[in-house]
Amino acid sequence: MNNAALDIRLEARSLQKSFGGLMATDNLSLEVAHGEIHAVIGPNGAGKTTLVHLLSGLLRPDGGQIVFEGRDITRLSASARVRRGLARSFQITSIFREFTALENVMLAVQAGQGHSFRFWRPVMQDLRLIDPAREMLERVGLGARTDVQAGNLAHGEQRQLEIAISLATDPTFLLLDEPMAGMGPEESQGMIAFLKELKRDYTMLLIEHDMDAVFALADRITVLVYGRVIATGTPDEIRNDATVRAAYLGGDETGEVA
Amino acid sequence: MDALRNPTNILSAIVIGLCAIVPFAAPAVGEPFYVIVFARIMIWAIAAVSLNLIMGYGGMISFGHAVYLGVGGYTIGILAFHGVTSAWIQWPLAIGACALISLIFGAISLRTRGVYFIMITLALAQMIFFLSVSAERYGSDDGLNILTRSDFGVEFYDLNHKLTMYYTIFAVLVASVFVSWRLVNSRFGLVMRGAKSNDTRVQAVGVSTYLYRLSAFVIAGVMCGIAGLLQANLENFVSPDMMDWRRSGELIFMVVLGGMSTLFGPVTGAFVFLMLSEVLASITHHWHIIFGPFLVLVVLFARGGIAGLLTPRSARE
Ligand SMILES: Nc1ncnc2c1ncn2[C@@H]1O[C@H](COP(=O)(O)OP(=O)(O)OP(=O)(O)O)[C@@H](O)[C@H]1O
Ligand SMILES: [Mg+2]
Repeated sequence: MNNAALDIRLEARSLQKSFGGLMATDNLSLEVAHGEIHAVIGPNGAGKTTLVHLLSGLLRPDGGQIVFEGRDITRLSASARVRRGLARSFQITSIFREFTALENVMLAVQAGQGHSFRFWRPVMQDLRLIDPAREMLERVGLGARTDVQAGNLAHGEQRQLEIAISLATDPTFLLLDEPMAGMGPEESQGMIAFLKELKRDYTMLLIEHDMDAVFALADRITVLVYGRVIATGTPDEIRNDATVRAAYLGGDETGEVA
Repeated sequence: MDALRNPTNILSAIVIGLCAIVPFAAPAVGEPFYVIVFARIMIWAIAAVSLNLIMGYGGMISFGHAVYLGVGGYTIGILAFHGVTSAWIQWPLAIGACALISLIFGAISLRTRGVYFIMITLALAQMIFFLSVSAERYGSDDGLNILTRSDFGVEFYDLNHKLTMYYTIFAVLVASVFVSWRLVNSRFGLVMRGAKSNDTRVQAVGVSTYLYRLSAFVIAGVMCGIAGLLQANLENFVSPDMMDWRRSGELIFMVVLGGMSTLFGPVTGAFVFLMLSEVLASITHHWHIIFGPFLVLVVLFARGGIAGLLTPRSARE
């Protein structure tokens, strides 16, 4: 990380979110520095996805602040945040199932090129969309599947498409909510390698259940339990943190937590 | 040339071809009455095509779409009533009125989703319906006769001429399908279809969908309004019945029957819907008893409508 810690890209300040009586995000603060992969781990229902929803603008916080690249974005809409370079992926695959893989990515490319009030020219003849979209699919390993309807792709392929859509918006920062969810061990290895490669170009907040992946990728780790941060630190610090072990890792520090 | 092997396209070509030759074919087979029947069907088809644009491609189930038939029609009727018959004034005003009303109604209703959207489009349309019913000056329930058709002020283009009227409607129908085709496949259309498929994801790639959906709503309203102004001219008459909520329901049925989110589906849907009700009505007085269950069966068992039935199973997935 060397001196990158000085350059904070994304900051959550005392975020608060409750559903009815349930505190899903409880006075949560964290910082993500330029170029790092900041992993967020925690048991089921800890509030990880809620955090991503808050940061990406799909949910409004009850309190607290979100600062992205030095600007307060707490009140910005989800779409406006993406236009500033803060993209996200979904834990539960969120794609356009009726579209082909190519069209899925084309829509994201198009979104990154400004407004879409263009009513006449067919997109399927628009090389400014098709070429970058193909390239992106190539990059995530779906180059041979461009014309397949997204709903008919295998689960692992849909997860790759999910990432491709997020990357195609031309972001600087990625919020990734369990990119390996439901993948087999081999596919997961592929994704880990891919994320390592992405690290060169993007700053990332990575939600992940798979501890091997987390310890392989993360520069820093934040542990969430019941919506609260119980620890933040380097992988080594987290591995040796007594609170974390007691509350979460349960003694088996590298084991996968269900 | 794969397009020619697709049964849906063949059926569409037949329907369009039939519409094109009816003014000559119908009198030739001794049924001149069919000219007016086809003219009416085509007007409904334009309205159905416009509804399909927002419902089939945009996922916006408007239960008040017939209101634009009424607004377009009444603009012509009221202007004619006050002695303004020039098409150059009437038509832009009719289109403007539909654009304005659909902009207001869309701006309100698109803040809601699902059942609420359906109910609010219905409620807003009913407001205009009741307005027309209470407008005594313009005939209330009885409607308003239109003494002269829109006047373009040129000799060679006169809507009183039967063929001119007929082929004007035909041209508008072809144009509305063509415009839909371009729109749906454009960047705008990609956003619109994306918003139907997964609105959250469209937001999450950086597009706020509201303005796109609103634009589509207005385009559809205007297109339907043009059908309304044609209807007023064809029938020389407008009445609140044009925008009765049942008309909106029938439009939805035409679209579903023909095949939602297919280009020609609404055209065949309108054609089959109106022909069938015509034929059934000539056989029995209680034709609704047959027609109702038929529509239910279509919805239950032919989910893609007629276009779906004609599409080979392999090509569907
Ligand atoms: N929209 C909602 N309405 C009510 N409760 C919610 C809502 N979304 C999440 N919750 C609750 O908030 C808590 C946190 O959920 P969240 O999805 O953020 O957890 P998570 O850490 O992502 O879990 P997982 O590891 O299973 O993905 C859970 O108890 C969940 O049931
Ligand atoms: Mg989650």
